[in-house]
Amino acid sequence: MISNLNHDLNGTVAVTTAPAPAAHPAGRAAAITRIVEKHGRRSSRLVPILQEVQEEFRYLPPDALALVAEKLNVAPARVFGVATFYAHFAIKPKGKHLVRLCDGTACHVKDSIPILDAIRRRLGVDARHPTTPDLMFTVETVACLGACGLAPVVVVDDQVHGAMTPAKGVALVESMIAKEAAP
Amino acid sequence: MIKARINDLPVEVPEGTTILDAARQVQVCIPTLCKHRDLLSTAACGICIVRNKGGNKMIRACCTPLENGMEITTHDRDIVEVRRSTLELILSNHPNGCLTCERNGECELQKLAADFNINQEAIKRYVKETPPDTSTGSIVIDFTKCIKCGRCIQVCQEMQDVWALSFLERGINTRMAPAGDITLAESPCVKCGQCSAHCPTGAIVENDETQTIWEALHDPNKVCVVQIAPSVRVTVGEAFGLPPGTNLTRKLYSALRRLGFKAVFDTNFAADVTIVEEASEFIERFAHKRGALPLITSCCPSWTDFMEKNHWDFIDNFSTAKSPQQMLGVLAKTYYAEKLGIDPAKLYMVSIMPCTAKKYELTRTEEMYASGFKDVDVAITTRELARMLKQSGIEFLSLPDAEADSLLGDYTGAGTIFGATGGVMEAAVRTAYFYATGKKLKSLDLEAVRGLQGVKEGTVDINGTPVRVAVAHGLANVEDVLNRVREAQKAGKETPYHFIEVMACPGGCIGGGGQPYGVDNERRQKRAAGLYQDDRDKQIRCSHENPEVIRLYKEFLDKPLSTKAHHLLHTRYTARPLYKR
Repeated sequence: MISNLNHDLNGTVAVTTAPAPAAHPAGRAAAITRIVEKHGRRSSRLVPILQEVQEEFRYLPPDALALVAEKLNVAPARVFGVATFYAHFAIKPKGKHLVRLCDGTACHVKDSIPILDAIRRRLGVDARHPTTPDLMFTVETVACLGACGLAPVVVVDDQVHGAMTPAKGVALVESMIAKEAAP
Repeated sequence: MIKARINDLPVEVPEGTTILDAARQVQVCIPTLCKHRDLLSTAACGICIVRNKGGNKMIRACCTPLENGMEITTHDRDIVEVRRSTLELILSNHPNGCLTCERNGECELQKLAADFNINQEAIKRYVKETPPDTSTGSIVIDFTKCIKCGRCIQVCQEMQDVWALSFLERGINTRMAPAGDITLAESPCVKCGQCSAHCPTGAIVENDETQTIWEALHDPNKVCVVQIAPSVRVTVGEAFGLPPGTNLTRKLYSALRRLGFKAVFDTNFAADVTIVEEASEFIERFAHKRGALPLITSCCPSWTDFMEKNHWDFIDNFSTAKSPQQMLGVLAKTYYAEKLGIDPAKLYMVSIMPCTAKKYELTRTEEMYASGFKDVDVAITTRELARMLKQSGIEFLSLPDAEADSLLGDYTGAGTIFGATGGVMEAAVRTAYFYATGKKLKSLDLEAVRGLQGVKEGTVDINGTPVRVAVAHGLANVEDVLNRVREAQKAGKETPYHFIEVMACPGGCIGGGGQPYGVDNERRQKRAAGLYQDDRDKQIRCSHENPEVIRLYKEFLDKPLSTKAHHLLHTRYTARPLYKR
């Protein structure tokens, strides 16, 4: 499934660095049951439930969506419809670190795209495959972060970095890779 | 009442009437694309925009109620120009393959493009390449032709309660598809084809198998025989400009022989056999207390599939009698072949059905091969038959009348009404009453189960015991009926119904997913009326009185529910997962 994460204000919703996804579906089931129960198994709470499930696993795995549907007694088709509609929800796994480059008007005219290209090149990702195979980084663009005075802007996890250049962008990524590699 | 003016013409309509419907009353046709009379307005396409005097924007006629004092303009230079731009935008996202499209000549988008005199590509075309979904063998989805009107989704979710299709993603990426990167065959789809009957374009169509049949007809090693389903006789005329409900039974017999079929059978005959088996089954359960009540009809393959996926706790209640299509197939390759000394391996059975799910039924379980061969080789829809007739050069409507072939061709009024909702119930009651009492019902017309109301109920007195029956059509109407039975079972109470008929499609087979395009309730009523007229015109109106059916049991099957009948005419059901993946 192609997730539609680009060019949307909803992309600015903070995604915190969550614990590593529970790999085993059985582990997932317990977490999902807890979340659904917390919302009284009400299908009207579908969006907040999905938000919490995503916080838990950093994305919405298909079997998690199916389980949410089952617990809420709604058709899986409805849950998939909602989960793919909102840009905030990710159907594919996201990296541990989220690199978001602002491509709003102000950033765009101050040459945001070369920064994006440089970061993507460094990490070996593109628009169709925004996440590194080791699930360490996801690179996205967002429409506007509302920090136009600092344009062009890159946000790494929840840290805003202003007045970026391609070289600074790559350096930022390098420093994070180094930090992750450190014992 | 609301008083207003449309194009300067005074109109008076009940409160809540949309501008679209009000305009029709003064012979003004506002063009539409996403709107369908069966469905709620989704206001998705924007073709039906109109203007109200003093209003600063254009409003959508399909979903805006007329208000007192409104002065609506439906056609002026600006409005037509905006409509044309909207249409051009839709077309810029639609492949330009009309000449090779299954809907060529019957497409609502194509018609609109012609009406608007669109004669050049105003906007550069962008169509995202997406492979079609051919997984079900019943219906084919070509995602590139989808205009995102949402009809199929409303049909699949609201009308049929199947929830196979859903809108996924949004904006330019919006698409209609089964949820979760799966094929339609892996989804809860029951192959009813209502999506294809409601789709305005060629995005969802039946799996066209006419070529397979042409090849069989030209194969000297095959003896091609054919059967026509009850409802097809009153709908096929629509594809040739006749009003819905026109009964063309005898012209069809003629035409099919001219196409090259060696024998022409009538599924109505097998419907009579189904009734004899099913009514006997009912008597077993009702009078002799052997087996679960209520008995539930099983001749609709979409309903069977839906039950196996969603309501498998009712498997024991399902009639094990096969559908008429399958009964005719197996009888042709055993009884008929034996009588005429034809090698059943050479017999090639084609069925003409109102239905896309009948294609699926052919290989549903191993019982569909009870003759030792594939009982029915290929099933085509009414729409496919109409296409074959048009290709053949036969002047269908002026053909002389003909009769069906004997042994499997005679039918009663009870067989023919199988094609309308309530018909199976009515036919079964006529025969069950006779089996239980030895007498014929005073009035053969069971009015309570006729008509288009979603759930119909009736009571028939059999030997002093009231037999309560229920009829549901349109799968969204099924759950309530079944829940009533479940609740009674749970509370240890007597079953609210003894006999339940379910047809997946609204109106029954006359509203089937493979019927000519343009169905709505008015058309369903006329088609059903054609079948009830056929019933009234028949000398014999009870299945068990069909002379050929009597002969079949005397010379071949022994008696209803005999071992041989069980082997050839009955089937089994299994619980199936809603999602295969």
